[in-house]
Amino acid sequence: MVQTGKPLICLISSAAVLISSFTFTSSAIAGSHSDAIAEGKKIAFSRKKGNCLACHMIPGGKSPGNIAPPLVSMKQRYPDKDRLHKQIWDATMANPDSSMPPFGKHQILTDSELKKVVDYIYSL
Amino acid sequence: MKIMLKIMVMLLISAVTLSVQASPEKDLEVFHKYFKQKFPDVETAEFANGVYAFDMAGRENWEAIEEFPPYEPYIDDGQVMWETPFKNGKTYMDCFPDGPVIAHKYPYWDKKRKMVITLPLALNECRKAHGEKPLKYKKGDINKIMSYLAFQARGKTVNVIIPKDDPDAMAAYEEGKKFYFTRRGQLNFACAHCHFQNAGLKIRSEMLSSALGHTTHWPVYRSKWGTVGTLHRRFTGCNKQVRAKPFKAQGREYRNLEYFLTHMSNGMIMNGPGARK
Repeated sequence: MVQTGKPLICLISSAAVLISSFTFTSSAIAGSHSDAIAEGKKIAFSRKKGNCLACHMIPGGKSPGNIAPPLVSMKQRYPDKDRLHKQIWDATMANPDSSMPPFGKHQILTDSELKKVVDYIYSL
Repeated sequence: MKIMLKIMVMLLISAVTLSVQASPEKDLEVFHKYFKQKFPDVETAEFANGVYAFDMAGRENWEAIEEFPPYEPYIDDGQVMWETPFKNGKTYMDCFPDGPVIAHKYPYWDKKRKMVITLPLALNECRKAHGEKPLKYKKGDINKIMSYLAFQARGKTVNVIIPKDDPDAMAAYEEGKKFYFTRRGQLNFACAHCHFQNAGLKIRSEMLSSALGHTTHWPVYRSKWGTVGTLHRRFTGCNKQVRAKPFKAQGREYRNLEYFLTHMSNGMIMNGPGARK
């Protein structure tokens, strides 16, 4: 990242920027993760977006449907978080008869919305 | 989970059976058997009452509504329409000499025209033949005359005939069946996902009705609409709900769907017009 042959001062300042941005990012990661969970919850509960409650019981969600399993103990059910992501992206990959809409594949949610929903669901 | 798995396996088996063999009678048998297994305590005749065959909380409310049926004025207006002569002095009776008890004869396969004829289509063809403007197929006056004709046919038995010796009729039936089981729209639902696979379960707080009996009671006064609407209006709404582009009311796709779906309720008693939430 830092080219050789540049003045020393430039190297030092770049290093400083790097260090400060690193500390900034690490605290921001913790912050953005809980933000992502909160945003994911909003998307999951929205009737126009995730509408997960249409079929799944979620702790704290009002009038859930009962078509699909309750969203609890997700870490035990999906030790591999990536599998949960895949399931929400297109549930018919695991079960061709699934009634669940393919949220990623059919762009019902954007990639970033989907990621936040996964973060939220994984926290349940 | 075990129960879910069992249902899935059952569904898979029935869906496969339904799609590989080509006999409408066999389809009918599988269809009825499937719902009998799914709802062992519900009498077959009850399915004509839609979701209220098994949604007991909703049923109480529905029975109260049926005491002063919201569709009644539509029946009365429809009778006036039926009896009022066209500008040329003729009436609907000139097109339907067996009328007004005719709704149970539809939809049927017209061998010469090679198409499914539904009652709304036949009514409009009658109007056009006598120089009258056709009625709109989803909203408006068509629901009045359809309410009257549905009421007249109450107590008749659904008996849609699929002539097996006519490949075009079989193709129309198969197209309707395929429509029913094909996923569509951004949400990727087939009709069957809600009303076959998940009938009796709840989407939010709404219980899903069963495909069996779906066609016996149209047109329907729907509280959500605040008026009476046609079966094809409802098809349109279902397609929109799964974020699919709806087809034309009384176009080939929905007529063939009606042909298949009505056949699946063969043997049930006509009880239109209906009232629903």
